[in-house]
Order: sequence, then C-alpha cells, then structure tokens
Amino acid sequence: MKLTGAQILLKCLEEEGVDVMFGFPGGAVIDIYDEIPNSSVEHILVRHEQGAIHAADGYARATGRVGVCLVTSGPGATNTVTGIATAYADSIPVVIFTGQVPRALIGNDAFQEVDIVGITRPCTKHNYLVQDIEDLARTVKQAFYLARLGRPGPVLVDLPKDIQQQVAEFEYPDSVSMRSYKPTRKPHIGQIRKVVKLLKKAKRPLIYSGGGVITSGSHEDLTWLGQTLHIPVTSTLMGLGAFPGDDELFLGMLGMHGTYAANMAVNNCDLLLAVGARFDDRVTGKVDTFAPNATIVHIDVDPTSIQKNVSVHVPLVADCKPALASLKAETEGTLDEFDWAADHKPWVDMVQGWAKEHPLTYKDDSDSIKPQFVVEKIYEITKGDAIIATEVGQNQMWAAQFFKYTRPNTLLTSGGLGTMGYGFPAALGAQRAFPDKLVIDIAGDGSIQMCIQEMMTAVCNKLPVKIVILNNGYLGMVRQWQELFYDKNYCATCMDAQPDFVKLAEAYGAAGYRVTEKKDVEKTLREAFAVDKPVIVDIRVEKEENVYPMVPAGASLTEMLLV
Amino acid sequence: MSKHTLSVMVENEPGVLSRVAGLFSGRGFNIYSLNVAPTLEKGVSLMTIVAEGDDSIIEQIVKQLRKLVPTIKVKDLTELHSVEREMVLLKVNAEDSKRAEILRIVDIFRCKVVDVSVDELTIEVTGDQGKISAIINLLTRFGIKEIARTGNVAMRRSMQIDL
Ligand SMILES: Cc1ncc(C[n+]2csc(CCOP(=O)(O)OP(=O)(O)O)c2C)c(N)n1
Repeated sequence: MKLTGAQILLKCLEEEGVDVMFGFPGGAVIDIYDEIPNSSVEHILVRHEQGAIHAADGYARATGRVGVCLVTSGPGATNTVTGIATAYADSIPVVIFTGQVPRALIGNDAFQEVDIVGITRPCTKHNYLVQDIEDLARTVKQAFYLARLGRPGPVLVDLPKDIQQQVAEFEYPDSVSMRSYKPTRKPHIGQIRKVVKLLKKAKRPLIYSGGGVITSGSHEDLTWLGQTLHIPVTSTLMGLGAFPGDDELFLGMLGMHGTYAANMAVNNCDLLLAVGARFDDRVTGKVDTFAPNATIVHIDVDPTSIQKNVSVHVPLVADCKPALASLKAETEGTLDEFDWAADHKPWVDMVQGWAKEHPLTYKDDSDSIKPQFVVEKIYEITKGDAIIATEVGQNQMWAAQFFKYTRPNTLLTSGGLGTMGYGFPAALGAQRAFPDKLVIDIAGDGSIQMCIQEMMTAVCNKLPVKIVILNNGYLGMVRQWQELFYDKNYCATCMDAQPDFVKLAEAYGAAGYRVTEKKDVEKTLREAFAVDKPVIVDIRVEKEENVYPMVPAGASLTEMLLV
Repeated sequence: MSKHTLSVMVENEPGVLSRVAGLFSGRGFNIYSLNVAPTLEKGVSLMTIVAEGDDSIIEQIVKQLRKLVPTIKVKDLTELHSVEREMVLLKVNAEDSKRAEILRIVDIFRCKVVDVSVDELTIEVTGDQGKISAIINLLTRFGIKEIARTGNVAMRRSMQIDL
C-alpha cells in the first residue's frame, strides 16, 4: 500500500495503539494535520506547545502508557524543550514529533528552522531526524520501543516536510532489533540471594522506594515485601503511591522536606534497600552523612544511577519489576522458618515512636487559612480517590505531605526538574485518559500563571480539571529560602499583583470560586469538585507559611528544622 | 586523576559523534583526545577516547557511554594489555646548521621526513605516548612551528599476559 509520509506516521501511531495526541499545528506539520481527520488518533489542540508536551507527559504518568505530542518546526519545537527536559528528568515515556523544514533547506537558516535534534540531545533518551521516507516507519517503531524500554524517557522524531509529502510503501515492522541497545532487565540471582541474606541479618531494615517502582509497575511486589517482611518504607517524591500512604509502615517522604520519622530511620537503619530511586541531592542531604550505619542495596535499571552519588554495597542492575518479583519469590519460602514480624518489631516500634513524636503537622492557631489544612480537606473530601497534579514550590511539598497516596500513578508532579507550569497541562492529559476521575491540580499562584492559557484547552475539550490555588501572594518556596537563609530579602518573590482568578476562569468559560474564610474551605471545595467543568478555586492562604520539616540544602538529614 | 583509553564501538549514524562529545561536555568530563573512523563492519565506527579522571569519574563515563542508544560496546583498555599508537606531524625549524642533528633524531626514533624546505622539515612520528612525548621534548629546542596530532588509536592485545 503506497502512502504519504504523513499517512504513514498516522498509521504507525494507530499500530502503536495511540488513541490521543496533544499538539499545535504549523506550516511544517500541516501535511500531518491534513490527514488527522482520516485517522482514529484523536488530536487535542492546546494553546502553547509546552502545554502539549506536559499533557502528553501527564497522560503517560497517569496511564503508564506512552504519551504523544505533535508540534511544528522552529518555535513550536523549542517551546517543547522544558517539557521534554521535565519528562527526561523523571524518566517518563513520551514521543515527540516535530516538523522540520524540507531536507533541501536544512542547514540554510531557513524560515522556522532550528536544529531541534541538536537542542534536545542532552534532554532526550534518544532522538532522530528522519532523512529517508523508507526509514520512517522503523524509526517510529524504535521511538516507541526506546521510550518504554529500560529506563523510560522522551524520544523525539524530527520530520522534514518533504518526507511527510513523499510516497512510499507502508509496512510496519513487527519487532525492533537494535544491536546496540539492550538494557539488563533481569536481576542476577546471586545478588538477589545476597540481598535476602542481608535482609535476614538486618535488625533495622528500611525500604527507600522511588519513581522506578511506579514506572516499572512493581508497586504490588514492593507492598508485599514491606507488609509481609515488616519493613518500614520511605519514599521519594516520585515514588509516592507505590506503597499505600495510609499503611502504618509508611513513613512518608524522606529528604529535604521529608518526615522526621523517615529521616531518622535513614540515619539509624542498618540496611537500606533502595528500589528505583537515584539518591537525588534533595533526598540525601549531605552525602557523607547519609545512612551512615547502613549496608546499602541499590536496585535500578539504569547502571549510571548506581554508585553515582553514594557508594553502594550491593548493586543490582535490573528492572524493579523482575527484581522485586524475584525478591518476593526468594523470601516467600522463608515465611515458615523466619519470624520477620518478631525480628523487626523493636525497630518498627522505634520508627513509629519517631512518627508519633514529630508527626507531619502545622500550627493551626489563627483564623487565616493554612495551606496544609486545604490539602488535608482535599484528602478528606476525596477520600484519597483522585489524581493529584501539582505545580512546583510549597504547594507541591504540601500536596506530597498532607495527601495520602494509596495507589501508583495518582500523583503527577515534576520531581527531577521542578517545572513550574507542569501541573495543570499534566492534569489535562490525565483527565483525558480518565474522564470519570476527579483530577485536581494543587497550584501556587505563581506557577499557575505559567500555563494558564490551557484553560481554553480544558474548556473546549470538556476536561473538568479542578485547580486549587494555594494563593499566598508570593513565589512561596523562594520566599521561604529568602526568609530562612537570605535575611528576609524578599526580592522579586512578592506576587501580590494578581489577575482576578475567578474572573479569569469565567473569561475562559470555566467556573471560579474564591475562598477567604476558613469556614468556607470545605464547603467550597465540595461544591467545586461537583461541578462538571474546569474550575479554579482561589484560596487565600496564610501568606508566610513555611514547609516543615526542612533540611537546609547541604545539611545532614538529622539537622531538620521542625514546625 | 589518571588517563584512561576507552575503545567505543558505535553505530555510525548521524549525530553519533556529537552525542558522545555532548555527553562529556554536558557532564563536565574531560576528553584528552578522541579519534573516530569506520571499521570493517558496515555501519559501525570505532572511537578511541582518552579521558582523564579518577576511578569514579571513569566508571561514570563508561556507564554513560554504554547508556547511549547507538553504543554497541565500550572497553576500558587501561586495565588490559593493549597496543596504543598516535600519529603526529611536526613542522620543525631546520636551518643548515641544525639539520643534521634533527635528521639524526629522526633516524633514532624511526620517524619519516615527509616534507622539506630551505629552513623547515616536516616529520611524521608514529608511536605510543612515551615515544611521542620524547621526540616532542627533543625537538622543542629547535622550535616546533606547527603540530598536528591524530589522538590515540588503540586495540586490545590478543594475548593477555599476567605480568
Ligand atoms: C519554570 C520555573 N521557574 C522558576 C522556578 C524556581 N521556583 C521554584 S519554586 C518557585 C516558587 C513557586 O511559587 P508558587 O507557584 O506561587 O508556589 P508556592 O511556592 O507559593 O506554593 C520558583 C519561582 C521553577 N521551579 N520553575
């Protein structure tokens, strides 16, 4: 069957089972747009390309499938770079198609030409410039394969306009064979047995779980291990939801804004089982004093993550899924002979003692609305049954601390890059994937203004995302640093000149609410969540509230500032 | 800090060199020299990279290289018995009074004179790092006017003898 490049691309997407892509047209992709009406792939038109890539990313995080985004050359392509870097930092599988000027013009500084393959080389897992129509189908197949395989990540495919117009025979390859890319997925059984031995010997074991557990879909085995072997679990921001957040063994996040119990547990554990986590500096604090008494086991599919920041005693290069399944299989046999519960009880008691001593809390002593209180209310009202996206800053940390994530893929947040403007478009991607779910973007007044234009996308596409702005009139997280470490020099962080968010919502055809009294918080949230359209709830919270606990940058995890 | 010679086999696809080079610059790793050329196998190139760093940096470099999609194989030749060669062209001042002495050095080092003029000689040197530094040292006092180096190429020896 002879097809044009544009038709081939869409056929490939259908073959990959892509049901939706997020995009924005332009001259260099007009041929593809010309074919979209003939395809089963739905296209959602955003208002800025950053919205398209974040939406594709949010779709990927919520579903565990590959997200897809389509944009034009030049400015369209460069507008996606922040979103690509965001997906790269958090290992999210997305495939980005960019238009490119015709091959004959490449390198000539043609109108709307940029070397997007060059620009995105350091922030994609891999990228391609398609130079021959005969390579198109295979390249698309490889792009999806690479996006998912091993450590997932964004893959970009740059498509010159003339390739989209050329005609070729279409045949979609059944399989991909790349002699160069073969990540190790299966764990080494000898290493697994070594880990089991260490687990049996350990008196104070701790699981530190990261985003890899979620991307690999291994949360069930992780939960089994923690609960059956009675091992307390702490998590990175990216790992929230992999282990039930309401379980007594769950200590919450560790690190800079981690809980007292989690950070003390890291400091006192004798075995740290790190799974799909990469010892980010926000997690470790001062590396020299991180987990000083522990034998460290590190399971990660990406060998470069192992031994990068901390020195590990037992490295285990493998996909978390087969690795945890194998750990489960090896420990299942010990349940009769070995009393894990009794063995770990003193340690679990100790850890839970820390949790009681310093629970996550805040001073709710004034009439003003505390942002933590709002997040708690959101949790109460939804009973945890919602997909939460966040922006970046204090709002993100409170959303991580005061909402209990009990299932994976329910917290969408930019962890590795910390991208303001991520949450709302990501929420749209998730809402498109799960039209019947309640999807809430917990936002700051600063961040929400970075991609607010996607409100039009939400309204047009009937994506009833609820934005809850914890409006403190500041770029709060930066203000908190200025307060604590820069002598309260609040330079450029005051944001009290603001749009009227209620009117703004209404201008787009969405619903808007404002809350200034504590007593109205719950009632208004309930009302807003029940509305069947996109909503902004602008909640005026205590302006100078801080996120605690806090480990100052570069300090040890035990040097926490508490409430 | 020590120098390691890495032999990296890659798919010869567009952009592969800048992917490798970008990996070094993006992570602040130091490349001492880099040499790339096709191999006998179609579509495969061999890069010889001499990189500087302590053990943990070299370990990261090797892992990061392996992680690149077009990378087929990475070997750190430093831990193996290997043959390493570099080719250097040197243009040296050579007035009449100095010429005989320079030619003697060329002879001792088994180099080749590849170009001559009234007051200059261009010399081709091939050898390992030791030989190259030695001849550069010897010729410096005559005045080296230009130098062009290929960077190392290297290969693992067939016999790995324990010394
Ligand atoms: C695109 C981008 N620019 C700048 C920053 C730096 N930054 C981190 S948190 C923050 C403040 C965010 O303010 P706001 O959205 O109002 O949230 P709050 O901290 O007040 O909850 C800033 C500016 C960032 N993370 N991302």
